[in-house]
Amino acid sequence: MLDGNAVAGLLQEVFGTDVTAATGTCASCTAVDAVGAVHVYVAAGVVLRCPHCGSVLMRVVRSDKRLWVDLRGLRSLQLESI
Amino acid sequence: MAGAAVLGRLTWRVATVLDVRPETARAKTLVLGVDGWPGHRAGQHLDVRLTSEDGYQAQRSYSIASAPRQDRLELTVERIDDGEVSPYLAGDDLREGDRFEVRGPVGGYFVWRSDAAGDVLLVAGGSGIVPLMAMVRQRAEETSPVPTRLLYSARSWDDVIYRDELERLAGAGFEPLFTLTRSQPAGWTGYARRVDASLLGEVAPTPPAATFVCGPTPFVEAAASALVGLRHPPERIKTERFGPTGG
Repeated sequence: MLDGNAVAGLLQEVFGTDVTAATGTCASCTAVDAVGAVHVYVAAGVVLRCPHCGSVLMRVVRSDKRLWVDLRGLRSLQLESI
Repeated sequence: MAGAAVLGRLTWRVATVLDVRPETARAKTLVLGVDGWPGHRAGQHLDVRLTSEDGYQAQRSYSIASAPRQDRLELTVERIDDGEVSPYLAGDDLREGDRFEVRGPVGGYFVWRSDAAGDVLLVAGGSGIVPLMAMVRQRAEETSPVPTRLLYSARSWDDVIYRDELERLAGAGFEPLFTLTRSQPAGWTGYARRVDASLLGEVAPTPPAATFVCGPTPFVEAAASALVGLRHPPERIKTERFGPTGG
C-alpha cells in the first residue's frame, strides 16, 4: 500500500495541476483528507481509498493513450486556485 | 492562451547520470542532470520511466534527496530485489552517462516550506529518510534557524543512509537522533527500540509546529497514530508511505 504522494504525477496528468495538497471528501463517510494522505493500491489500475472507512475514492486506469477516471467515491475536491 | 495551455503540464525529460555514490549495501545515490529542470521543493518526487528495447515501459515515483537547485538533482534509491525499476537504478550496471526519462517535480502535500515558522520534527523509517534529507539539506544551505529534530529508525548503523552528513550537520538547531532496532555497534549510546508513543513522547515532549513522517506503511501508521495519541494536532502531521509496489 502506498499513498497519494506516490501517484502525484498520474493525478497531475488527470487534473492538470497538483492535487496531492488538495482536500477530498469521502462520499461514503464524509471524512476530509489531503489527497496525498489517502491510501493507494496499484494493480492493473490505481485505486485511491479513504484512510478512515476504506471506501474507493477514485480509480484511474490507463489503456493505450487514454486514461479512464472513476470519481464516484469522491464527494468533493477542494484546491487552491492558481 | 499559450501560457495557460502549458500550466501544470508534465513533460518527460531526459536525465543523464552524472555520478553514482554508494550509500549503504542496498542504497545508491544518483546525481542527475536534467535539461530544463524547473527546480523543486524539499519533499517533492519525480517519476522515472524506463523503456526496454521491446518498448515495454516501467514507471516509478522517487523522492528527491537533494536541496532545491536547477542544474542537477539527486535521488537515493534502495534496491528491491523483485522490483522492476530499482534493480536497474540501484544495481551494478548503471554508469555515468547513462540516460533515462524523468518528469516532475510532482507533489505539493509532503513539502517543507523553509519560510514556515515554528519547530519541525522529522521521523524517518529506513529509506524514508530520503525526502526528509532534502529538507535537512535545504535548511542547512539556507542557514535556517528553524529548530529541527530528526528521529531516524534503521535496523543497524550500517543501514543508516547519509549518516556522516547527518552527524556533520548536527548543531545550529538541528538535532539528529538515531534508533537502531536490530543491532547496535559497541558502545552505542543512542536509542535501540522501535518508534512508539513512549519514544516519540521523549523526542517531542511538546507538539512541534510541523511533523513529517516517512517510511514503510506500518512504520508510518504506528508513528502517526502514536503522535495523535500524544495529542499532537493531526493537521500538523504530514505522512508519506511507501511499500512493495514502490520498487
